[in-house]
Parts: sequence; C-alpha cells; structure tokens
Amino acid sequence: MAQITLIEAVTQALAYEMAHDESVVVLGEDVGVNGGVFRATQGLQEKFGELRVLDTPLDETTIAGVTIGLATAGMKPVAEAQFEGFIYPMMEQIACHAARMRNRTRGRLTVPAVWRAPWGGGIRAPEHHSEANEHLFTNIPGLRVVMPSSPARAYGLLLAAIRDPDPVMFFEPKRIYRQYKEEVPDDGEALPLDVCFVLRDGTDVTIVTWGAQVKEALEAADALAEEGISAEVIDVATLAPLDFDTIAESVQKTGRCVIVHEAPKTAGFGAEIAARIAEECLYDLLAPVERITGYDTHIPLFRLEMKYLPSTERVVEAAKRTLAAS
Amino acid sequence: MSIAAKFEIEYLQYLDVEGKQVRDDLPKFVTNLDHMVELYKLMMSTRVFDAKSVALQRTGKLGTYASCLGHEAAHVGIGSAMKPEDVLAVSYREYGAQLYRGVQPREVYMYWGGDERGNDYQNEPARHDFAWSVPIATQCLHAAGTALAFKIRGEKRVAVCTIGDGGSSKGDFYGAINIAGAQNLPMVTVIVNNQWAISVPRKIQSGAPTLAQKGIAAGLFSIQVDGNDIIAVRKAMEDALERARNGQGGSVLELVTYRLSDHTTADDARRYRGEQEVKDAWAKEPMKRLRNWLVAKGVWDDQKEEAWKTECDEWMDNEVNAYLQTKTQPVTAMFDYHFAEVPADLAKQRDLAISLEKKA
Repeated sequence: MAQITLIEAVTQALAYEMAHDESVVVLGEDVGVNGGVFRATQGLQEKFGELRVLDTPLDETTIAGVTIGLATAGMKPVAEAQFEGFIYPMMEQIACHAARMRNRTRGRLTVPAVWRAPWGGGIRAPEHHSEANEHLFTNIPGLRVVMPSSPARAYGLLLAAIRDPDPVMFFEPKRIYRQYKEEVPDDGEALPLDVCFVLRDGTDVTIVTWGAQVKEALEAADALAEEGISAEVIDVATLAPLDFDTIAESVQKTGRCVIVHEAPKTAGFGAEIAARIAEECLYDLLAPVERITGYDTHIPLFRLEMKYLPSTERVVEAAKRTLAAS
Repeated sequence: MSIAAKFEIEYLQYLDVEGKQVRDDLPKFVTNLDHMVELYKLMMSTRVFDAKSVALQRTGKLGTYASCLGHEAAHVGIGSAMKPEDVLAVSYREYGAQLYRGVQPREVYMYWGGDERGNDYQNEPARHDFAWSVPIATQCLHAAGTALAFKIRGEKRVAVCTIGDGGSSKGDFYGAINIAGAQNLPMVTVIVNNQWAISVPRKIQSGAPTLAQKGIAAGLFSIQVDGNDIIAVRKAMEDALERARNGQGGSVLELVTYRLSDHTTADDARRYRGEQEVKDAWAKEPMKRLRNWLVAKGVWDDQKEEAWKTECDEWMDNEVNAYLQTKTQPVTAMFDYHFAEVPADLAKQRDLAISLEKKA
C-alpha cells in the first residue's frame, strides 16, 4: 500500500467517489487541465471529462452559486476555492442559500454540496492566501464545518463530506498538505462526521485543537510526557455541529484544558469551546481554561508569519500553567 | 479603423397600449383564442390575488409583502411558455408565473405570513422550482447550476431565472449569464425591468441604453420586449426556451414594464416618484390592452369579466381562509430542517425549546 500525503489523499478520495457515483462533479478555477493550484484535482479531468471536472470562469461567487444549483438539481458538486482568503465572495451564496435551502423549503430542496478550500498560514504565501476563518462558518446554522488533520482523516472525512446530504465546508490545512505521508487504503471507507477524534489518551491536561495545529498539539504532548505530564489530545475534526460530549468527558477527567487554534483569538472557535466548558464543566476544572491562538491581527506577510502561528512551546507552557494553577 | 464587434437589440411588441396589433405576423399560439382567454384570466386572478395580499397586510394578517401590480403580462407570459420539466428561479414578486406552475395563493400567503411551509410547494411542477429568493440576483446562479446539471445529464430541460432592473447591476447576474455563455447552458435569464429598484430609477441604475445588451457581453441572444404585451413576452420566451432546449444556448430577455405599486408594503413610492409618471404608466398597463384585443376578437365582454372577477374573489377568499386556518408549526419545526438528521448538539437545544413550550 502506497504512502501518500494529505493532498494526495484529497485527490484519492475525489477520484474514488467520482468513479463510484456519477453525480459527483468537481468545479472551480484551474481544477481541470491544471489540476488545481495545489494539484488536489490532478488527473481527474483526464479520467472523468471536462463536464465532471469543470474549469469555471474566474468568479468565486459564480462557483458558489452554481454549486447550489447543481446540488438542488440532484448532483453532488465539490467546489474548490483556490485559497481560504478567496472564499469571502462565496459567503453570501453559502450563508443565504446553501445553509438555508433545506430549512427554507421544509426539506423539499436540499444542497448536498462540498466547498473545499486550502486553509491557514505557514506556507509563505502572498496576502489573502493564509486566512484562518473557520469561525465565520461555524456561526452559520445549517453548515457542517470539517477540517482534517492527517492524510487518513482527509480521505475518510472528504468521502463522508461528499456523501453527506447537507452542505459541508471542508477546510484543508495546507501547511501540512505535503508535510508527511501515511498509508491510506483506497477502500472507500468514510470516517464519521460530527465526532471528535481522541488522538492521544492522557490524564493531566486536555489539549483541544483541529487542522494543522494537531501537529503542534501532539509535539507538545510528547514534550510534556518527557516531563511526566500526561496530555490528552483531541482533534475536533467537525467543528460544526460540535461533538462537545467528547471534549467534556476529557475535561471532566483531566480538569484542565488548553485550546489551540490559528485563527484570531476574539470570537474564534476556541471561545465557543471555552464558553461551553464554563457552562457545563466549571466544577470539574482545576485551572482556568487556556487559549493559545493567533493574535487579533491580520496574519502578517511571511517574514513575521511564524511568529503569529501558535508554537509547540506556547502550548507546552500553557499546559504547565494549568498544572501550576492547581 | 476596423470594427471588432457590432450589435443591435431588437424590440418586440405585438399589441400597442390600446390593444391594437402593430404587426401582422402573430405567433401561432395566438390563433387559439380559448388559450388567449385563459392567459387573460390568469392575469386577472393574479391581480385579484395581489390586491387581496395587500389588503391582508394592511389588516395585520400578513407580514411585509412585495406586490406584483403591473407585472401580470410579464409574469404570466414567462410561466405559460415554460414546460413542466423546466425549472424556475424567481426573486420575490413573480406570482403570475408561479401560479401558472401550480403554486397556490395560500402558499404565498403563508410565506409572507411567516411560515416556511409556504415554500414547500405542494403542486407539480412548482415542486421542483426554487423558492423565493430575497437576496437580489443570487438566484440567477442557482439557475445556471441547474442548467449545468441538465447539460451534464443530457436532459432537454431549461432553467429560467427572473430578476429586476436593479438586480441586473449585481455581479451574481453577470456571473450567471457569463457562465451560461461560456458553457452554452440551457438557461433563460429574464430581466423584469419595472423601472424602479426601490427608489433608484432605471436611468441611474445603468448607463446602458438597454439592459438586454448586457447579455451581448456574455455571448447570449438578447432582446428587449414590451413587458406589458403578453403576446410579445410569450413569443420571446417560447423562442428562447426552444433555442435552449435545442442546444443553441441561453438568452437574456429584458421585459420593459412598470411597477404600479410600492416596492413592498413597507415602502411608500410617493416619496420618490411623481403622480404623473404613475398615471402615464397606468395608461400602458398590461391587462387593458389584452382585454381590448380579446373584446375586439369577440371572445370577451363585460359580463364575462364580471363573472370571472366574482370567481377570482371566491377563489382568493377560499385561499385566505385556508391560510388563516393553518395552524402554526410546532416549535420543533425550527430545528427539524437544518440537516437531514438533527445533530446531537442541536437536539439538546430542541429539547430545551420543547421544555420551554410546555411551561408556556
């Protein structure tokens, strides 16, 4: 079995589902001949033709709106925004229509569509190419917001997203697109949506994160282990709807929680998790909840970029602070 | 200097404001006078329905409502030309087209009366049409996507979208006609140019002499039509639908009409437009000219008019009663349609709403 990267897992999932369900179509800018700017759709047009892998005009609003029309007409479109920072023109269509169509029509019209977007910073990209804005979508009722953190989860969660009968925002952490490889069987097995994955069991502190920061969280857990501290690491994976029970269970066990994310701190999705912990687990806590996040600034151009992103060291220090507090 | 491209926009009209024919080459459907009477009757029932809606709003039985007064020829012309298997994506006042496709007045009342079930059209073919779209011009892209699905599956169906003159200023409109041209999609885009986008008049909406010519930029067949002349509207629609069905691509139709009402019941058009303008527009309204033409043909008279008016009133009263007797949805309906299955976390909020309901 071949070892593949996260971006190759995306391609593998798309190819599998297109081969097994002819209603699946891929559309976006450059997704055809060019195979996408990150090559996520490489080879698909040769295999499935120009209509099922459609190079659209250069207009994000068009991609988003056409995706809705395809979906309500019985297709399963997978649309690509070239970068997360280019998704803003899509938001009106996604918020006003994709997220509301089922509710608006009492289930008569539905939008079984996926919007994929390379997400987050850390690849020395130009301005507008490094946004982390998942929290803008978690606040929109009717949307699933999914973020994989490994090649295997990218494959399994993307298959699940395409098969899901409702609209899914699928944010791919591009910093780890090609960071490492792992074995991902091309067996069409989807992973469950709407559940957190406990990646590492621990008893002293819970580290909650998603996407590219899973790497820092696991590194921090390793570093803490060397000091005899047992950290549990949770990959949220589906941010909305949130599986808070898994987080609560862990916090009730450890009494401490560090939330890590790349997006700005204020009203980031970490704020939601911290608030839920305060509401439902306050008396289990042995220390204040810590949030290690991006700053409330625009992500800087790349000379300062790595100083913006949460580091492993900051996560380790935060975990230790929670232990020192009790 | 050489010329890279040249274009012209045809203006289509068969009946003048008094209902006299201005050209002899009437389309074939006009020879069926019974059908022409049916078109008139639906225009009239649309007007009665509209008056009833405004009255309901004024008496507190309906929320904000967008009137279609003056648009009867445009809307009925669109709906009557379409085939059942086609798909219609409207904005929010195209009731004449929707009634033709089976949307019930009670459903319109329900939507504007604050009940989502008004969007769950019970009758074919409206059941596969889009619901009302309030964000301007966004529905044009849904029609483009639907047309793309038809093309991918090789179906001989057409997606039709309607927008106003103001909507043709939006990027969504241009994006939709652009991809329709680029992909040769079976899509008909209809600009119902009623001269006013709330308080912004057509003349400062766009510097283009016609709105139809925007379709030229997308490589589409484009035409301007007298939107108060149902024969012209129906003919232009039939031709556009046939071209689309035959793989000859999309069209942009500009139907020139006039909004005789306020924008919505929350608007007061007297603030921004003069009485004389509205008076002049009434002289060109769509029903008078078709009625005159039908009377001249000997197939319509005052007695028939009165009888049909009575029938429409009874129909609408019945629809109003059905609407007013509809029980409010249970509080759980707030939660049950966001996803195919209610997610666990949302189910907890649903339980809370149920418990609050029990206490109330």
